[in-house]
Amino acid sequence: MAAMTYPSDLKYAKSDEWVRVEGDIATLGISDYAQDALNDLVYVQFKPVGTKLEAGDAVCEVESVKAASEVYSPVAGEIIEVNSALQEAPETINADPYGAGWLVKIRVSDASPLADLMDSEAYKAYCESR
Amino acid sequence: MNVMTKQAPKELEPLIYDLSAAGRTGALLPDCDVPPSELPAELLRDTLRLPEVSELQVIRHFVKLSQLNHAIDKAFYPLGSCTMKYNPKLNEDMARLAGFAQLHPLADTESSQGALALMYQLQQWLGEIVGLKHVSLAPAAGAQGEFSGILMIRKYHLERGDTKRTKILVPNSAHGTNPATVTMAGLEVIELPANDGGDVDLDALKRVCDERGDEIAGMMITVPNTLGLFEAHILEVVEIVHNAGGLMYMDGANMNALMGVVKPGELGFDVLHYNLHKTFSTPHGGGGPGSGPVGVDDKLKPYLPGPIVAILEEGSDDEAPLYGLVMPEKSIGRLKAFHGNFGMHVRAYAYIRAYGAEGLCDVSRHAVLNANYVRARLMDTYKIPYPRYCGHEFVVEARLDGAPDVHALDISKRLIDYGIHPPTNYFPLIVPEALLIEPTETETKETLDEFVEVMKIIAEEARTNPELLHDAPHSAPTRRLDEVRAAKQLVLCCRPALPEAGD
Repeated sequence: MAAMTYPSDLKYAKSDEWVRVEGDIATLGISDYAQDALNDLVYVQFKPVGTKLEAGDAVCEVESVKAASEVYSPVAGEIIEVNSALQEAPETINADPYGAGWLVKIRVSDASPLADLMDSEAYKAYCESR
Repeated sequence: MNVMTKQAPKELEPLIYDLSAAGRTGALLPDCDVPPSELPAELLRDTLRLPEVSELQVIRHFVKLSQLNHAIDKAFYPLGSCTMKYNPKLNEDMARLAGFAQLHPLADTESSQGALALMYQLQQWLGEIVGLKHVSLAPAAGAQGEFSGILMIRKYHLERGDTKRTKILVPNSAHGTNPATVTMAGLEVIELPANDGGDVDLDALKRVCDERGDEIAGMMITVPNTLGLFEAHILEVVEIVHNAGGLMYMDGANMNALMGVVKPGELGFDVLHYNLHKTFSTPHGGGGPGSGPVGVDDKLKPYLPGPIVAILEEGSDDEAPLYGLVMPEKSIGRLKAFHGNFGMHVRAYAYIRAYGAEGLCDVSRHAVLNANYVRARLMDTYKIPYPRYCGHEFVVEARLDGAPDVHALDISKRLIDYGIHPPTNYFPLIVPEALLIEPTETETKETLDEFVEVMKIIAEEARTNPELLHDAPHSAPTRRLDEVRAAKQLVLCCRPALPEAGD
């Protein structure tokens, strides 16, 4: 098994999403741990661009050979872009969860919940304890 | 990315279309004794390709296919009652009696009295078994049972003018059908976490009921839960939800652990659906059909889906009562044509009648004993995440020390090589690498011991020769299937493509 990766420039949620904030734009995806646990992804369905979100709202649903799971936004804001290439090639999330496998971009209206997220060290410890 | 072995399956048996030869027939029809007339030309088509085969070809083809299959009639099948426990053949004999099998669903009440009496008695027995005395046999399967149960809860609140109750509590260990049912009924799910012991987190439940109690329509819960554990604090759960004004719905999928031991109605449940095709040994899967009756207490009785069987005229010492179909007063309505899946009612009736009250207690006692026996014998080899007595099934966390690359799926596929059907994989979702093992009441100790030995051998193979597991199954008619392709390219029919236009 290849070792899990936990890039240090990202923040992580307990529900296994990662988020990268640049200005007021947050890019969201699922972690290496999450894609490995879900196994081969076969389907992604996004909330439409323009959807207003409270922190904790679902932004999309991902389905693997094992399970269907919702992906939650840790921040409040509005979906401004979805990675529609994943609809044809959901396996990109397995191959590159932190890069080409990103899910949605959100214009953040309330960034305060970001303070509750884990850094890569804390998230790595959290994953290894499970 | 974990790419499955993509090996083309050997051609084991051609499609029936490939056996076809023009002009060959499989049936001899008697000479027509009325003048024939031609079908109207506009109703004829020449694009429909039907196989032209002899009777013997048909028989051999389907016998060969059935021999490639695994079935509980052939070998151990630890998917258990969840999928289909052993169905005694007596059930099939009874369902084939001409008076049941050939009765027309539109036959009048007088000429259907035997069938109606059977349905009435089955309603009574099912009500007695769970302690909820009003039962409708109408739902065609568990999903319809759930749907009608939640619609009844919704209607109960609405009829009292209590329109704020739009939320249903669902534990995170629930069957996926529960949240789907809630959504279909136009209500919303509030998911409840499990605590470390595998039970509903009571603090989380109290918090939700304190904060938004007036929005709670009810709670759906499976007992024993999908981890195979009897909810340790079920009476408190029921009390908290009732105090908030919500009703309690029990998903009866796991009733195989409870018959004659616990009556959900006495625990305080207001409504429950049965899966006759799980607990009461009627066929399931590959065409079923299922049957998902619902049982309710007095306050939900007027809302039952219909029709239900009632006594229209009381009988006497010399005369049987007159049974008939009625729609409950404020019924949520019909779920399907006619009266539910009647053939399944006959099988469930035969099963209950054959076992009797004491026998049904033994069914559940043996199911629970067998599961606990296998669990105890596997405890030293596999990680069992909730170390306490289980109901009729238990969960293994299939991660083995010294075999980091071996997954639950690999263990399952290797079991096939030993002639055993894999147990449920990757469910419940809250246990990583879950294998849900349910041996059922009908297996002998010898079979259970053999299963345990095979599981121990596989654990050893996982450490010494993991490739053996990754490449499994080796001995099955087809090798490891490509699950990703199967999920993405849904091609369900084996038939030749239609000719192109002008072909």
